[in-house]
Amino acid sequence: MTTTSTLPWNGLEMAPPQVLGGVRIVPLLRKTIREDLRLTRRVYTEDVAIVEVDRRTSYVSFVPHGLVANWTEDGGAVFGSQLSAAKETKDGTSFGNFITARGLRKMARREGKRQLRFLPLHVAMEGLLAKHFGGPDIAWSEYSRRVMRSGLSPRSEVAIPGNQIAGLEDALRLFEIHDQQVGVLLFVADTLASAFVVPHPGDYIQLHSTLLTDFYGELIWRNGFFATETTILPDPIAVDQISTLSDLRFEVDQLRKRWESLNEIMAPELLERPLEHQTVYRFKPFTLNRFVSNLDPKEENFIGETICTDDGTLQYLKTYRLSAAQTRRAYLLKQLAAAEWSLDRCAESLDCSTNQLILRLENAGFGYLLHQHVLDGVHASERRR
Amino acid sequence: MPTSETQAALLREQCEREDLVMFVNACFAATGQTEYYSDQYSQSVSIDFLHQYVLVNYRLVYARALAAGVNHFNQMLIVRNLLRAGAPSDSVQRAEEGGLIAATLRQLPTHRVYKLFQRLATEGVNNRRTRAVIRNYCAARKNQTFEAVKYRNKFRRAVRHAHAEVDGETASFLFSLKAQKRFQEPLFDAYRRAHYSKQAVYELPYSVAEGLAARHGIPRDVFLRNIEPQMTQAEKLRVQNLTRRETKQAVQFDLARSPLTRLAIYVLSLPMEERTSRADELHAALKSAAARTQRKSPLELGKVAAVLDRSRSAWGSRERRRRPLAVAVATHYLLAAASDRYCSFWTPAREIGKTCYQADDKVFLVNASGQSDLATPLLDAIEWRPEQLTLVSDGYENAPVDAVNQIVHAYRQRLAPAHPISFLHANPVFDADHFSPRRLGAAILTIGLRDAEDLNASLRFAKFAAGEATRVELESYLGDIAREFLQDATDQETQP
Repeated sequence: MTTTSTLPWNGLEMAPPQVLGGVRIVPLLRKTIREDLRLTRRVYTEDVAIVEVDRRTSYVSFVPHGLVANWTEDGGAVFGSQLSAAKETKDGTSFGNFITARGLRKMARREGKRQLRFLPLHVAMEGLLAKHFGGPDIAWSEYSRRVMRSGLSPRSEVAIPGNQIAGLEDALRLFEIHDQQVGVLLFVADTLASAFVVPHPGDYIQLHSTLLTDFYGELIWRNGFFATETTILPDPIAVDQISTLSDLRFEVDQLRKRWESLNEIMAPELLERPLEHQTVYRFKPFTLNRFVSNLDPKEENFIGETICTDDGTLQYLKTYRLSAAQTRRAYLLKQLAAAEWSLDRCAESLDCSTNQLILRLENAGFGYLLHQHVLDGVHASERRR
Repeated sequence: MPTSETQAALLREQCEREDLVMFVNACFAATGQTEYYSDQYSQSVSIDFLHQYVLVNYRLVYARALAAGVNHFNQMLIVRNLLRAGAPSDSVQRAEEGGLIAATLRQLPTHRVYKLFQRLATEGVNNRRTRAVIRNYCAARKNQTFEAVKYRNKFRRAVRHAHAEVDGETASFLFSLKAQKRFQEPLFDAYRRAHYSKQAVYELPYSVAEGLAARHGIPRDVFLRNIEPQMTQAEKLRVQNLTRRETKQAVQFDLARSPLTRLAIYVLSLPMEERTSRADELHAALKSAAARTQRKSPLELGKVAAVLDRSRSAWGSRERRRRPLAVAVATHYLLAAASDRYCSFWTPAREIGKTCYQADDKVFLVNASGQSDLATPLLDAIEWRPEQLTLVSDGYENAPVDAVNQIVHAYRQRLAPAHPISFLHANPVFDADHFSPRRLGAAILTIGLRDAEDLNASLRFAKFAAGEATRVELESYLGDIAREFLQDATDQETQP
């Protein structure tokens, strides 16, 4: 089931950012904290993880950790041995000695009555990779036999681990965590690299360092090299308005408010864009969703996942910023699927010739979808022109 | 662009003054160790550069900085650079420098001096002046025998490097120990015997005995129990936790006798349960240490408020564990002892809701955590209406950035006429990128501060850091304290 809506951003406040080098970290604070959902980290030490998504599909990636959610249904606090750290659960099998691999089952897997394990960001990434994964529904003659047989498989995207991003490690290490903090907005070179929210401040302290092992888009990696420390300050306090101490206090409060609005201005794509949500797992009273933005190549696009309560408050959020090439690929597939995989009709809707569309597909890395003689024909006719 | 001669001269004067102020300020804080925000390499490169720059351009002031109360690390560095550079040709300046070097070495901790000599030997600095300085220092030591044993390798290296005269027995102790059958001097003989006798180990200084005990395979707990009478105060403080772990019983030790900041570091090194259970004892010790510091260099203050930073960065680094927090705690006790009315305001911390402390509250029951929100405690402190307000922070304010600067500026502009407050920011951390302790903004004066005990010296210098005085005044001030320093040194020598 998919729905389209903006991100439910209620109950979260932005504190003034902490800047170190090119990395700007905006703390997210929560006033009312629910005790009935907690997240903990489960470390996987293997070099690679193979996740069985369904009986015929597997997802292969480097997965340094999974998240384990524990909850209660009656709204009471999760505590003590109810937290997954206290509980030994067998989660998949480890293979190999030299290069090791972990076999896991499902992206989000129930591990008991009140426990769910899921793989952060991979839930969203798998959603992106699986989009139109089945390939053409109609056997148009241009598509290769392999595609007709097994769809887009294997479909891959490249992402970069956080420790490769210049300056991120230091910025995360030196960051000072607030008392009520449940998340961050992470900017590299003042581009939103990731948003991360957890239900409880205690969880955030434990999960802060996982931001370094998460993966980021290629764009963010490049930004890391070119980033310089930028100072953006809102208007200073109005000195002329002050005649008593309470005026001074009021002005300082105003300054904090201005910081919050400045932070919001810097992350418009996250807060205002309509997103296409898809339910991944339902565990009463919470729902694990994943979402994709509208994939317009002209805008900033991202994918991510959320856990929301039934009353619509955001409990968990993690986003991934797509690079331009990744957006293009997803966009082309979306257009093709909308045109029922007919190249001619798709070219018409994109306002270009069929040859141009085929070249665009090939440049985006989808040459393998088409018969070789179709590609050769396009090359030849383009050369003749 | 300057258009006239006078403008150019004015600019030059300003530039020179800023250089000197920056240098002395840096010398109060810098230690060349890893800090929370920068590593050891950039710290040492930064401070070395600053020393070289000032040495070449303002040699007279550079030497006089020895008397300004700068920290031991920088005193060592200044002496080393002066000796490396050779003596100046002007005889008056030469005599003054020589006096300052000798006086500084006399009041530096002994191990630092021998470390300095070793460094000079390694670097091959062996001019006539260096040799004379080392010779005079070694000759003037009152318990030379003891030092020859405790710092044997370094002492030997210094003697050899400077061709210093030592008496026959010391010479054979240093250079031909193995050929010797017996020494007249009991300590030398103990050292000789300790190589084969377990009993003799306990006659030696702790740091020497430690290695020999390991060689004899003496169990750690037995060794610690028996060596206790030989330990110095600082050693006892350092091994408190170790001995408690090994022998289940701490060495007997008078907390109140150790220096204030050192004591604060020790207190903060204890686990929270122990801090809580021993709170009264530790509180009393810190108070009496502050009172002792106050007696040594009295500070007379009226109604004082302190805004103290216990954010995550006050955690310090692996080399300077909890130092910024310890300086804040020590400053709390020192100001409480030095002022008529006192209150301290702390940044919010995770474990504890309280942010305002009276002079008699136990401020050490908290760990460094959370953001650097200096604005909230600063507003509370201003509301308390003090005459003087001291901030202790590493200068990295982040919730929000620049708020302290704006608040102080606004207060000066609009509210100061009704109730003037003098603001001061003391920074225990040297910022390598800016060659000085990091500032909180243009509106507030920043001074470097390594130990809370140095607050008095730093405050004396604050007028110059504010940029109110001219360069001539700064130089004459340094000249005066250099004279005072030399006078004190000669007084001490004649008194014994």
